[in-house]
Amino acid sequence: MTQTTLDEVSAQATTPDTMKAHADTVDAEEFARARKQRLDKIGTWAMPVIVVVLTVFAWDQIVRINEIPHYILPGPGRVFETLINDWSVLFNAWTITMAITIMALLVAVLGGAGLAILFTQSRLTEMALYPYAVILQVTPIVSIAPLIFIYVESKLVGLLICAWLVAFFPVLSNTTLGLNSADHNLRDLFSIYKASRWQRLRYLQLPSALPYFLGGLRIAGGLALIGAVVSEYVAGTGGIGSGLAFTILEAGYRLNIPRMFAALFLIAVTGVVIYAILSVISHLLLRKWHESAIKREQ
Amino acid sequence: MGDTGTPLLSLTGIDKVFGRDIVALSNFSLDVREGDFISLLGPSGCGKSTCLRLIAGLMQPTSGKMRWSSPEASEGLGVVFQEPTLMPWATVEDNVFLPLRLMGKSKSSVLDDIYSSLAMVGLEGFEGAYPRALSGGMKMRVSIARAMVTKPKLILMDEPFAALDEITRFKLNNDLLTMQAQLGCTVIFVTHSVFESVFLSNRVVVMAARPGRVIEELAVNAPYPRDEVFRTSADYAAHCRAASEALKAAMGDVPH
Repeated sequence: MTQTTLDEVSAQATTPDTMKAHADTVDAEEFARARKQRLDKIGTWAMPVIVVVLTVFAWDQIVRINEIPHYILPGPGRVFETLINDWSVLFNAWTITMAITIMALLVAVLGGAGLAILFTQSRLTEMALYPYAVILQVTPIVSIAPLIFIYVESKLVGLLICAWLVAFFPVLSNTTLGLNSADHNLRDLFSIYKASRWQRLRYLQLPSALPYFLGGLRIAGGLALIGAVVSEYVAGTGGIGSGLAFTILEAGYRLNIPRMFAALFLIAVTGVVIYAILSVISHLLLRKWHESAIKREQ
Repeated sequence: MGDTGTPLLSLTGIDKVFGRDIVALSNFSLDVREGDFISLLGPSGCGKSTCLRLIAGLMQPTSGKMRWSSPEASEGLGVVFQEPTLMPWATVEDNVFLPLRLMGKSKSSVLDDIYSSLAMVGLEGFEGAYPRALSGGMKMRVSIARAMVTKPKLILMDEPFAALDEITRFKLNNDLLTMQAQLGCTVIFVTHSVFESVFLSNRVVVMAARPGRVIEELAVNAPYPRDEVFRTSADYAAHCRAASEALKAAMGDVPH
């Protein structure tokens, strides 16, 4: 459609007496393009909202029409009710899960990036330690977690270790890749000007690694949450200081399905929010120069 | 110019072998004098870039001698690569500041140098721009400003304008000669364009490939400053013809 309009424009542009028609066509084309942009803009937020609303509506109708009891599948209204009524229980559990997630992410960032820097500074350290990083990564966390809970007294520390183990590898491997991906001509330039090791790291390798690191960070954010939840399933003990995973387990034993849904909803929302926050941070840090953050003019 | 300059660097009988038997340079000799504009002209694989890397200290010759007239002559030489090689995360100003920063200078103490270097390449007002916002020619100008900001005695340029369109290249050729005159520096310029080498240089060193070696050295005695008048002169055409013939001889003895 756009192609034909363009062809018409160029065909008309060749004769002077069709100049007016030409101008009209351009206006029409501009109008169509503006309309398309507006639709795109509305669509980006409207479409997900419509899909969610329709899903919730369908869910509600299915529960109502089939008269499904709430201990098998609660309707969305009941889940929302539970979210409000059980808020104090859920919120306490959420704070615990969040605390573990954030701490694990922080340690993963410091540990992953720190180890990556250490690796680029010393080949020998990389050769010695990298196999362990890979082994830890490829071993499923649910199979290491029981051991960790045997040797670590504090449950909180145990959970933290598990979440960290899951989250740190993407940071480590992405940052390592980034630190080694500096432009080779720039590296030569740094050699010619006799840059010190520190200068090379500070002014060349770290900036080159930043986009890679941020990519790893976004993956690690989600994984830290998953690690925190999964390892709590393994830890399994209840009592004070339990997170959302234990809330789900406990509610399951009591056939309190609405609370299971409410807790699940909180976990999902938390994951989305973590991803969104990390994406915004990444965009803010890269928007001035990196291709990934630059919106191209159409 | 020409034979009158004081010697700056002399390379004698340089061989560079990669691996066991890939000879990049064979018995390469060159005396660089202050104020020279030397073009290394030749087909791909003739060791032009290897030669620059040796001079830049990025690699060591397999055999042969490289002698600088004084230790400080080799310090802080300027280098311009085929690509602009700018740091995309840094502004134009910070890119030009890089060599001075690596020498341990603070930005405030050298701001005048940065600005005058940018002015020399005609980029006043672009200090705060990021490289991605600049055209190919402008990026190359930033790269040249960065090479000149240390006021080096010697600037090495490795086919810097090969990727640019001809109009931009002519303009940069003219400006490069003006800048060289202003700085009074020596330039070693790698190119595979006969026209560019003759326009810019007082000495054109024609090289052949496999193994990389010098075939002939041509003197271009036309006086500086050179401009569009020189570009269209019979003298220029005659020099280009001579260089083309030498290049043809260099290409002729090897199948390619």
